[in-house]
Formats: sequence, C-alpha cells, structure tokens
Amino acid sequence: MRTIDMATTPLRDLNSTLQAAAASGEGQWEIVNPKGSHAVAVGLDGPIAVTIKGSTGYYCAGMNKAAKIHVTGSVGPGVAENMMSGHVIIEGDASQYAGATGHGGLLVIKGNASSRCGISMKGIDIVVHGNIGHMSAFMAQSGNLVVLGDAGDALGDSLYEARLFVRGSVKSLGADCVEKEMRPEHVEILRDLLDRSGAEAKPEEFKRYGSARQLYNFHVDNAGAY
Amino acid sequence: MDKTPPLPPRDSWTFSPDVNAEIRRAAATGIYDIRGGGAKRRVPHFDDLLFLGASMSRYPLEGYREKCGTNVTLGTRFAKKPIELKIPITIAGMSFGSLSGPAKEALGRGATMAGTSTTTGDGGMTEEERGHSQTLVYQYLPSRYGMNPDDLRRADAIEIVVGQGAKPGGGGMLLGQKITERVAGMRNLPEGIDQRSACRHPDWTGPDDLEIKILELREITGWEKPIYIKVGGARPYYDTALAVKAGADVVVLDGMQGGTAATQDVFIEHVGQPTLACIRPAVKALQDLGMHRKVQLIVSGGIRTGADVAKALAMGADAVSIGSAALIAIGENDPRWGKEYDALGTTPDAYDDWHEGKDPAGITTQDPELMKRVDPVDAARRLHNYLSVLTLECQTLARACGKSHVHNLEPEDLCALTIEAAAMAGVPLAGTNWIPGQGGF
Repeated sequence: MRTIDMATTPLRDLNSTLQAAAASGEGQWEIVNPKGSHAVAVGLDGPIAVTIKGSTGYYCAGMNKAAKIHVTGSVGPGVAENMMSGHVIIEGDASQYAGATGHGGLLVIKGNASSRCGISMKGIDIVVHGNIGHMSAFMAQSGNLVVLGDAGDALGDSLYEARLFVRGSVKSLGADCVEKEMRPEHVEILRDLLDRSGAEAKPEEFKRYGSARQLYNFHVDNAGAY
Repeated sequence: MDKTPPLPPRDSWTFSPDVNAEIRRAAATGIYDIRGGGAKRRVPHFDDLLFLGASMSRYPLEGYREKCGTNVTLGTRFAKKPIELKIPITIAGMSFGSLSGPAKEALGRGATMAGTSTTTGDGGMTEEERGHSQTLVYQYLPSRYGMNPDDLRRADAIEIVVGQGAKPGGGGMLLGQKITERVAGMRNLPEGIDQRSACRHPDWTGPDDLEIKILELREITGWEKPIYIKVGGARPYYDTALAVKAGADVVVLDGMQGGTAATQDVFIEHVGQPTLACIRPAVKALQDLGMHRKVQLIVSGGIRTGADVAKALAMGADAVSIGSAALIAIGENDPRWGKEYDALGTTPDAYDDWHEGKDPAGITTQDPELMKRVDPVDAARRLHNYLSVLTLECQTLARACGKSHVHNLEPEDLCALTIEAAAMAGVPLAGTNWIPGQGGF
C-alpha cells in the first residue's frame, strides 16, 4: 500500500502517478487529505485499487477503466461519470449526476444520491443503498439502476433500454417510463448486483421500471407527452 | 370611353407564396418542418463589407512575389501540445451518422492534404476519420454518444460543444431511418429508433461547473490537448467572456448561417444572430480580458469564399471553420444528380431533407448504395482544391491591404455597404467615418 497525501501533493502529480500506476497495474494506493478536491483519480486505466480517505468534489473517478476506487467519505457531482469499467464504491452520499453517461462497471453508493443519478447511462450498473433524487435515469440508454430506498420525481424520464429497480416508493415516473413485470431473468440480474454491492435486500422486494417505448420514433400524436 | 386597365394579380408580401405553402403544409401534416442546413433567409453578411485596399497611405504587397503567411497556432493558453495548421480554415464538426463513412473519410483526407484539421461530431470517432485525419478535433457533446477516454487521448484537441449557430439552445434528433446497426452500436442504442441529442450537458450546468469539467478533461489527457468551447451565436460578448473564464484555449463561435444535420426550420430561421453580428462582440470580450490572440477565436457560419475568410480575420478572428461549404465541395447538392433531386420534390442547391437519409449525393445518408457515390479520394481532392482557392483568395486580399500575414488584416481595412452591416461589424459605412451603434452591444 502506497500513500499519497493531497495536503502536499498537487492534483496533477496525484493523477499522473495513479495513471502511470494503473497502466502498469501497480497494486494498492491510499489517498489522504482529499479535502473535497475535484477530479481526483480520474482517467485511470488498469486494475489497481485506490482508497480515498475522506470526501471529494466533482468528477471523482471520472472515466474510470478497470480500477477499483473506494471513497470513505462523500462525493460531489458527477462521480464516476462516463465510467467504462471497474468498480467505484462510495461509503457516504453522492451529489448530482452520479454515474452520468457511464458505459460500464459498477458504481455503489452506500448513502443517498442526489438528482439525475444515472443520467444518460450507457451500460453502467449503479446500486444506491439509500434514496435518489429527481430526474434520475433521465434518457438512460442501457445498464441497471438499483435503489434500495425511494426515488424522487420523474424517474426514468425519456428512458431508453436501461432497467430500473426500486425497493421503496417512486414519487412520480417521467415521460414514457412505466412499471414492468419482474421476470426471472430480472431477478437474477438484481440478485447479482445486490450481492456484488454488499446490499442486504431481497430481489423480491423490488419493482422494475422501464421504457414503454412509445416515444422511440417521433410522432406528432405523442407531442403532448413531452 | 376607354376600359379601365386591369390590375395584374398582386401577391401579398406578408402572405407570400412561400408563406402560404408552409401554412398548407402545416395544415396537412400537423407537424413542423424539419430540415438540415443553416438559415436560408437573407441576413447581413460578409458580402456587405468591402476591403479598402492599398492607396496613397498604404503599401500593397506584390501578389506573385511577396510572402503572405497563412499559418495559425491554436491552443496556446494552457495546452502542452497546441495545434499548428498551415491555413486558417478548419473543417467543422459533423457526425458520422448524419454523414456517411465515405464522406467523413473524404473530409479527413482533404483537410490533411490542405494542412488543416477536421472535427468529429455527435456519435463518436470512427477509425476512417482518425486514420485519415492528421489533425482531428474530438467533440465533447451533451449526448456523449461514443465518448470514451481512449478516443479522448487519441484526439489532437477537444471541442466542448455548448451550442451551435443553427440552433442555439437546441439539441438534435437523428431520425431512425439513418440509424443503421453500426450507427446504433456506436451510440449504445437500438437500431432504427430516433436518437435524441440533448440540448445541455448531463453533468454540468454553468461556467463555474464547466471550469471543473475542463479540469477533469485536462487531468485525463495530461494537459496536452487544446480545449475548445463551441457556442452558437446567441450572446457572443458574454458567451466568449464566460468561455475564457471557464478555461478555454480556443472559442468557436458559430453564427446562425451555420448548418445542422436536422432540426426544426423555425429554429434555424428564428434563433441566434447572424455570423457578422457575432464577431466584433466576441473580439471585444477577448480584448477586454486581455486575451485576444491568447485565446484563439474560430468563426463559422456561412463561410463560402476567401473574401469571407479574410473579412472574418480582419474583424479579429484567428481562423474560420466550414461545414456546408465543405459538403458542397465534396459533392452535396451537385447538379449531376438533378433528376434524382427532382424525384424527391426538390432541386440541386435546395435539397435540405438531410434527416431522411435519401441524399442522392451519398453524403448525408447511411444507405449503402447511395454512399458508394462518394469516392473518398476524389472527394478529398476536391476539398483540397477548394481549401486552396479559399486560401489563395484570402492571401490576395491581404496582400492588397499590405499585409504579410493574413492575421495582420484589421477592421481598419474594411468598410460597410449598409448601415446594418456597419453597426454589426463595427466598421465605418462606406464613404463616411460613421460606425453606427458604437457604445455598447
């Protein structure tokens, strides 16, 4: 385990060190004193493990590939945005746009996530142990969003093919998002995600939401839905 | 008694045949008109400006002997690896999906032959494009279709698209008929469905956020790549100032004549300012911040000739960008396909239903048979020729004004033919020393 202290190490040096380590697959790293810094541990491309002790600002773990990044505190907007693969775990809460446009990998938020969680997600899996805010999964294209708590207004607005699983209440559904049957294959997907994210919940407790696919091709008769 | 002379039929200016036709079309379909391209209405433009040329008080350069430089360096503010171009004319962002693969390849080849850059679009970076473009600018768009860190690092510059001149404040829609298996795969969406390109970015909401987003992109790419911010011609003074504040190396300013793959006609014709009206406020913002020539300004939207290029540079731009003109150069709307344009109910030079994917020229389509009509090598040669002509024309005008580099052109070299153009361009009305509207934007 190697330690980098952000109280004495500039952001550029931190990220270039981690990026080089990721490229060569060099082991385990610990980051201390992040103090809400932005763009911490971004652009990593390799199977290293990074533990960030504390809370970070915007875009922590942005565009992550293959790395496992663990934040012991909370994170600002855009955590793991556009993640391609790998594993990002947040012990605390996440601000807006968590996992935005992510293409792959697993993002676990053990606290709550704010609005627009999973916006425009493109294959990422996101598991939130707490609640999520309004407009989450807006224009979500593919992947899975699992919420153990409640979801805010307009869940899944203008959804494409992403699957949404919510255990608690949903304040309202967005345009073209509907509740769907939970088939056996969905139970298996959910069970796997709950297992991998360390969530103590049963798949049977969840409801599944997805696209009604009524707005996939523009038609003037649907104009009132927007 | 003589008969009263009959009056000829009199069309209404308000209810002209064009207007009436649109009313009838709307009544028949119940939906607004969607089309490609930029504004078709007449607006004040570079044609309304003239160069004064050399005279008793100015010495010209000899046209066929004395050197007139055309190179430009973009991204000198923060990037470790600024872009060096031989000519101040770049190829604007146009997506694979809206354009065919051979058309994108032709743009890359032609731009490379001319020593300039080309730009990706919504939908990501294709191998044809990367492979045939010596200098490739990678657009970072709200949809983030195809966005990934590998392509970000393979790019020579990154262009964050906030808006475009055809539709400032609007997103896009690539209709299902152009969504082939390959296009769908690049965008992580099912084949055949309409693909909405969002109007705002998913993970930042203003210039303060954008500053942090740019920090992230620079950290991911090792601070090597110039970062452009592209804005539509909405509020050019403040948009430019805020782009500088957010950390841009280059500002790309796209006026309302700039084209789009597809959007509502009402958007194209009624939102945004003419290119001519955008340049001086943007340059003023850079000057007020002490950043003119430090943050480079690229102007686009209706650039057609070397005269347009020279006038934009004289008003303070560092470079221009062309989209529609580049497509015409490689064969779009060519009269050779006249019968097929007729069959589509249009004519060469007027065809703008680019969203339907039936382009006889094989450029704005994903139809495998139609796209065979674009020979990337021949089309690239035509684009190279066209870029060469633009450059030669620009040099000719610069030499006539006594300039040894096209960047030495200045507003003092210009006058305007109309009051409107004088006010917009900030140059005197011809025959006077009057610049209308000075004192604020």
